[in-house]
This record gives sequence, C-alpha cells and structure tokens, in this order.
Amino acid sequence: MTVTESNPAPARAPGAAVLEATGVTMRFGGLLAVNDVNLTVREGEIVGLIGPNGAGKTTFFNCLTGLYKPTSGQVRFSGTPLPPKPRAVVKAGMARTFQNIRLFANMTALENVMVGRYCRTSSGALTSVLRGPKFRREEAATTARAQELLEFVGLGKSTEHLARNMPYGDQRRLEIARALATDPKLILLDEPTAGMNPLETRQASDLIFKIRDSGLSVVVIEHDMRFIFNLCDRVLCLVRGEALIEGTPHEVQSDPRVIEAYIGTGEEDDEEEVERLQDAPAEGEETP
Amino acid sequence: MTDVKTPPAEPGTAAEPEAKPLAWPLGLAGVVLVIVGSFLSWSYDSSILGDLSINFYPGGLQILAIILAVVALVLLLAEKGPLTKLGAWLDATAGLRALGVTLTLYMVLVVIAITADSDGLINVNPGAYVSLGGAVLILVSAWMLPLRHLRDMSEARLPAWFEILAIAVLMAAVLFVAAYALGLEDAWSFILCLVFLAALVTVLFRTGSLTWIGHVSQRNRKVLTLSAFLVAFLFPFTQGGSDANMSIATQVLVFAATAMGLNIVVGLAGLLDLGYIAFLGSGAYVAATMSTSAFATVGWKPPFLVVMLIGAGVAATLGLIIGTPTLRVSGDYLAIVTLGFGEIFRFSMFNLDGNNGPNLTNGPNGVPGIPDLEIGGFNFGEVHTVAGIELGRFSNYYFLLLVLTAFVILVFSRLNNSRIGRGWVAIREDEKAAEAMGVNTFGLKLLAFAVGAFLAGLAGTIKAHQDGAVSPDQYIFLESAFLLAAIVLGGMGTIAGVLLGATILKLLPEKLRFFSEYRLLLFGLLLVLMMRFRPEGLVANRRRQLEFHEEDEQLAVEIDDEHLLVEEAK
Repeated sequence: MTVTESNPAPARAPGAAVLEATGVTMRFGGLLAVNDVNLTVREGEIVGLIGPNGAGKTTFFNCLTGLYKPTSGQVRFSGTPLPPKPRAVVKAGMARTFQNIRLFANMTALENVMVGRYCRTSSGALTSVLRGPKFRREEAATTARAQELLEFVGLGKSTEHLARNMPYGDQRRLEIARALATDPKLILLDEPTAGMNPLETRQASDLIFKIRDSGLSVVVIEHDMRFIFNLCDRVLCLVRGEALIEGTPHEVQSDPRVIEAYIGTGEEDDEEEVERLQDAPAEGEETP
Repeated sequence: MTDVKTPPAEPGTAAEPEAKPLAWPLGLAGVVLVIVGSFLSWSYDSSILGDLSINFYPGGLQILAIILAVVALVLLLAEKGPLTKLGAWLDATAGLRALGVTLTLYMVLVVIAITADSDGLINVNPGAYVSLGGAVLILVSAWMLPLRHLRDMSEARLPAWFEILAIAVLMAAVLFVAAYALGLEDAWSFILCLVFLAALVTVLFRTGSLTWIGHVSQRNRKVLTLSAFLVAFLFPFTQGGSDANMSIATQVLVFAATAMGLNIVVGLAGLLDLGYIAFLGSGAYVAATMSTSAFATVGWKPPFLVVMLIGAGVAATLGLIIGTPTLRVSGDYLAIVTLGFGEIFRFSMFNLDGNNGPNLTNGPNGVPGIPDLEIGGFNFGEVHTVAGIELGRFSNYYFLLLVLTAFVILVFSRLNNSRIGRGWVAIREDEKAAEAMGVNTFGLKLLAFAVGAFLAGLAGTIKAHQDGAVSPDQYIFLESAFLLAAIVLGGMGTIAGVLLGATILKLLPEKLRFFSEYRLLLFGLLLVLMMRFRPEGLVANRRRQLEFHEEDEQLAVEIDDEHLLVEEAK
C-alpha cells in the first residue's frame, strides 16, 4: 500500500478500456433506479463505486453483469456489446461476487472454486460417464487451478472444508477465488469488506491489490470510505440513481456534495463524521 | 479395568457416575436367562412361527434371540471384563440400552405373535417367559450402567486386511439375513425378523460401530462395491430354485434402478419431479409395442438391444419436451407441472386406442402377452441349471436387471463426480449464484431431466418383458410418489441410501400382504417419523445431514475432520 496507490491519477498511463458503460438507465415501473450513468474501467485499474444506501449501486452492478437488462444505455466489454445474460457475461470475462455471500454452502471450498471453472471447461455428460483421457486431463487441470486459486486468496489449508463452516472472512475470500476461477479480465466486488474487522479489511485490500497486480481490473462497491479511498484509482459516487461525481479519491472526498449526500447538510451533530471522512486519506498515507 | 473408568480421551472423570454394583451381574443373568429360555419351548403349538415347541432344539426365531443375547454378552464384557479394550472404543452402555429395549420388544412381540396365531395366551410356553424375563433384566441392568465418554471411532485404525474382512463378513451377513428373511412365509415371523434386524442396526448405531463401518467403507470403497455386487449376484443361488422371492427381487431392482435415475433429478439437481413414472412407462410401452406379442401395434421388430435404446431415447425425448417449457418454473410450480405431465402420459396411453387417433396402445387393455426376452439364443423364460441350482425365469431377469442397475449406478456416480455433477449440485444450492458463475443452469437442468428419463426408459423396456404386459394403470401417480418416497427415505443424492429405500418400499408391501389395506397409512406414518427424527434419510449424505442439523457444531467439525481424513488417505 503505497502513496501512489492512494493518489495515483497522474502516475498511471491509462490502459485500453475494458468496460464502457454509456447512459445506463434502469427503470422498475415508476421507479428510476439508475439514471444515465457512464463508467469506463481501464486495464489494471481499481474503480470504486460509492453512494448512500439505495443509491442504485447494486442495481447498476446488476446491469453491468447481465442480471438486469438496462432499460436503455449500453455496456461494452472489450469493445463488444455485452449480452444481458449472466452466463454470457462471465464467458466474456467479467466475474462478480455478491453483497450477501452466495456460496454453494454444502460444497467444499475446492468444489466451490471448481464450479467457477465450469465455463472454461467443456466435458459433457457422455465424456464424464466414459472417463477418457481428455476428461481426466481436464479434471486434473481444474483441480490444480482451483487449488492454486485457493492458495492465492490464502485459503490453501481449508480446501476440504465445507463452505458453510468457514469463518465469515474466509467465505468472502472463497467467493473471490470462485469468481477468479472463471478467468475474468474484470472482477466486480459487491461490498467485499461488509462485516469485517479492521484487520480483515486490511487483508482484503491487500488481496485486491494482488488481484490488480496479476493484471485484472477491479470494480468495488463499498461503504467503508477509508477502505475505498486507499484502494481505488478512481471513484464514482452515485446518489439517487445519478452519477454525482467521478474522479480521483481526493477529488471525490473533498467534494461537499458527496459529504452532503452521505451525512446530510453538515449540521452540528455530523461535524465529527465530516472530520472523520476528511481525515481518511491522511491516515491512509501514514500506514506503511 | 482402570482403563475403562478413565478412558484416555477424558481426563476429568469426576463427573462420571459410578456403575451400580448390581448392574453387571444382573445383565449377565439376563443373558443367561435369554439363552436358556431360547433352548426351552416357546410355544405349545408346533405349527406356527416355524415350530418353536421343541425343548433343546431352538427354531429360527429362538436362534435370533440367542444371537441378540450373545451381542449383549459381548457388550457386557466390553463394559467390564476381558473385552475392556474394545470398550474404550465402543459405547457399550448406549448399545446395551438400545439392545435391552429392542430385545424386550422382540420378546413381547413373540408372545403377542404366539397368542395371535394360535388363539390364546395359554399357548405360550414357559421358555418364552424366561427369555422375556432375561430381556427385561438386560434392559434394567443397562439403565443402571453409567454412560461414558469415549475415544473417537474415526481414529480407530486396524490393519487393512481386517477392514476388508469386516466388509466381507458384513456382506455375507447381509446375504444370509436377506435369504433367511425372504424365506419366512408368515407375516409374524417376518416382522420379528425385522425387529431383530432393527435391534442389530440400532446397537451398531448406538455403539458407534456404524460410524466405524462408514469410515471403513469410505476407505475401501472399491472392495465394498465389488462385494455388494457379488452378494447381489449370489442371491438367486440361495433361493434353491424357488421363483417366488426372485419375482419380488426383480421388482425391487426395477424400482431401484428407476429411483436411481430420479435421484439424479431430485437428489443432485434438486428438481422436484412428481411425474417420473411416465418415463418408465414410455420405455415399457415402446418395448411392448415393438415386441412380438399378438397385440403389439408396431410392425418393426428390431433386436432387443435396439429396442432398449429406442425406449430410452423416446423417454429422454419426452423428458426434453416436458422439460423445455416447464424448467422455467421452479420449486412447487415445477412439482405441479410434472405431476400434470405424469397424468397426461397415463391418459394418452389410455386413449391411443384407435377411437381417438391412432391405435398404439390398445387403450385400457394395454399390451398383454409380451413374450420373454431372447438375447443371443438365451431365452429368459426357461429354467437354467447352474452348479446344480435351478435358476428360473425371474432369476434370469434378475441378472439382467442387476447389470442394468450396475450401469445406472455407474452413470450416477460418474456424473456426480464430474463437472456436470458439480454444476447440478451448484444449481441445487443456489441457482442464481450458479448462473452468475457461468453455469448453464437451464441446459444442465434439462440434461438432468433427459438423463434421468433415459435411465428410467431403459428400465422400462426390461420391465415390459418381465411383467409380460403393460397397461396404463401401472403408471399412476402413486408410483411416482413411491419413487420419491424411496429417495427421501433412503437419503437424497446417495447411492446406498436410495437402494436401501427402494428395497424397503418394495419389499415390505410384498411380504406384509395382510397389511395391504393399511400400506399407505403405514408409509405415511413412516415418512412423518423420518422427517421428524432423521430428515436426512437412512443413509445420510454427510453434507445434507448438516443442512438439517444446522445448530450441531460438533457434527460440523466431525464432517470437516472426515474430509481431511479422506484427503489424507488419498
């Protein structure tokens, strides 16, 4: 965690755009959940998505990952429009985790990650029954890759544990490992540190840097301001379904509108909160 | 002996209650009484329950009582005496308590059976009372002995040859008991034999031996599978040429193979299918209409292997046709739609009689007079003699069905441990998450339907020839419900469990004919009790077990440990 990472804008040469969302609008009946939001994610970039509860972050996420079909607007991934179908989105190279952990509870950690390999393998029913050399090779490769990913996220020792028995923090990591198993170019993390203690949060941001360093782009939804301002290259703030501001962490956190959106109009009670928010980067820089 | 009182895993034994001094001798006296009583006459009437009326010549049911008494003796000696080493592993007291209860129940039922069969309590001879008294003594002594803490059975390691020997002995016992139980003619003897079995299984369970057997079978899976098939293969040779039990056995196998196919749909992919019997029916109808029966409606008579494939193919196609529109709904809705499909199939078979549309099925009359199979000059209707033992018509079908069942199990287990199987389980666990991880959920669900239907269709083609006739009323909703019940009863997603469930559900009604009117009532009761006390099924898939006993931390740890053990073993 270096200073550059918390304030990176000028240092990094922008890579090619991986994800381009233009004018994404999502309407549920009379409710305008997401209104004309644009977002570009470049190679090797960590982009944060913040906003108060109900701002439409997760809805926007679901539009990106094909769970919802946007009412209007377009999502392009690596230059081609994305079909609004989760499976096709994964196949194209975009994986996600869930806000409320959705692991396959009664499968082992290893099996969970192996399910992630599903879209990159091809053994059909017949090959599985016949068990030819191709099947064995693919199965061995799948196991090896899953094991490797578990070690990458730091779960190398608990491969045979059932997902449901793992501690909360490990479940979050396992979900990330499962998403990584789909060989994505872009990984979207929906509140990866929800419910974590400071130590676990630190480990999570280390892990996200590690993922970025392995060549992936990352989009993170988070509530924890300190976490996101330390982590991200760019931050997009959504309020009531609209993009309020997009910029470097520094720009976003000093924007009075962001503070207002989060904690009201800056009345006396909230002063402490405002201070905390503005202190965040300073503390971040102190940490070695 | 100090060993027992302070077992190694439990240093703080202060809380452990002491045995009452009387308990142990009392138990021993009970064992002696049961055995002595069993050598005496139990009943005045020699014509009932396989003759229990002769002194010093124990009949079958008396031998069962003696066996239980010997088990009690072993447990008592494990408690205190030369077998204390065994007692450090076995929960002898819990086992003894279970045995006391079941043995007393057994003896009470004997008295009731004699009374019922020969009109009056007067026909019960003193021997039965002596044994009953012994059983009660064992019961009392067991409740006076303290429960102890024990070492974990999963740590018990014995030489490999011993484990394999244990499997062999177990399998031989299964074969012997199956042959004996099926040979019992009257219902009371059969019920008593069931009580005996229940007693043995509860003792194994309560002492923790069942856990050990589970671990052993996991370590020696291949040996277990092979010996199980060997036992199944040898079964017809124990019947001494009688076809009566073989007829039941073939029905059990058809039922088990079909249930195993449904197990893919319900147990792995988690799709509730209430019309599954239609796939068995379509296989059977294909075989019937293409047979050389005088009532067959299709002119083309290909060899049976081709018919099998066509039958299975037709069933799989039906599966796809019904699946494509219905698999978009899930849960309860899917159950209703599939239930409707099952009825549609039955009514179609009922109405394709020439009056409405083409004559394919002869309507309600069905296709009777289907001749026996003949594959490569081997006629399944003839009696063959192998090693001096006559193997009748049903034995022939039994062997064929055994091959089919083996095939179905192979398909099931291989699919289960593959990319496809993982996809299915992922769908069962969380369909949305599976979809978001790139699993083709719709395609996989459809595949589960098609594979399940294919396997049922295969079984159906053989069933048509074995029954000699097909008619629509064989494929009613109740049959689908029974298939589902077999899976739930045995344990969803398991192989051994479903085989066991299918056997129980098919065998009991055949043997307990006089209960036939209460059959459904009994099964309803059985299912309710199962859901209350063992919702994961008789043979639990360890994962599902956890699902139903969520609060059980210890179980969770155990299961994780077991996984690690299995890993180590690899």
